[in-house]
Amino acid sequence: MDLFDIVFYCFALIAVGSAVVVVFSRNIMYAAFALLFAFFGIAGLYVLLQADFLAVTQILIYIGGILVLMLFGVMLTNRVVDVDIKTGTLQIVPAAILAAVVGGSLSGVFYSTWSTVSGTPSDVATTTPAIGEMLMTSYILPFEIASIILLVALIGAAMIARRKT
Amino acid sequence: MLTEFGRVLIFFIIGAVFVAGGLVTAWLIRPNRPYPSKLTTYECGEVPIGDTRVRFNIRFYVIALIFLIFDVEVVFLFPWALVYSQLGWFAFVEMVIFIVILFVGYAYVWRKGDLDWDRPAPKIPTFEKGVGVREDHLLEEQVVGS
Repeated sequence: MDLFDIVFYCFALIAVGSAVVVVFSRNIMYAAFALLFAFFGIAGLYVLLQADFLAVTQILIYIGGILVLMLFGVMLTNRVVDVDIKTGTLQIVPAAILAAVVGGSLSGVFYSTWSTVSGTPSDVATTTPAIGEMLMTSYILPFEIASIILLVALIGAAMIARRKT
Repeated sequence: MLTEFGRVLIFFIIGAVFVAGGLVTAWLIRPNRPYPSKLTTYECGEVPIGDTRVRFNIRFYVIALIFLIFDVEVVFLFPWALVYSQLGWFAFVEMVIFIVILFVGYAYVWRKGDLDWDRPAPKIPTFEKGVGVREDHLLEEQVVGS
């Protein structure tokens, strides 16, 4: 068990432990803040996987954007403490099917790429220029379509959230 | 051995130790003499009233939503900025198209007033001619109040 493993288990503990708090907390404000640490732990795991761009994106968007949005959402609600969150078992059959599909595809990806992954991280290379080059050459159309999707999301969100006058 | 993110991790650890060390040191050396007004929530020179969790204006949510879209745009700008010098004009035109499309959305929310922070108009007290304060009414209120 070297330093890498220790760091990995620390981040895994942060991510999973915070996720447990998110699910079981009775105070949705605490749940939202626990989600921050869960996102942070995931970002740490991305770093350990040498996905540096993904890790920074995780912090920039999930912690900097989505979590702030969720906190505002929590602050807009009337009751924060001791909310009766439904955690009963509802919709068992659809949930089982969805879990089987997601779990199956994840383990499928896992087993199909398992043989190609080397045991130790080989070289430390930043992935961001490679991503930029791919975006600007091979994936121009998805790049521009992403812009249109963002535009649609912006206009749609603004229309829905606008105060009705 | 030490990667760039390893240095970031060391910064995180030092930051956590700095905060925890300060709190633990204060907890160890401070005298423990609580009294009721010391234990109340600190509010500068005021007696705190009500709950700390007030409801936020919906405006914050709209602004955060719009911010999130441009946050995602920034994520696309970073890899572009790193390869811009190699790819030159082609990459520049691509990014201009990308930004112009998003600028349409920006112009939309600007024009529609989603970025305006409309505060309630201040109520200016006005005097109407011929309407005076009736003193018997005032006296009545005083009696009810006391």
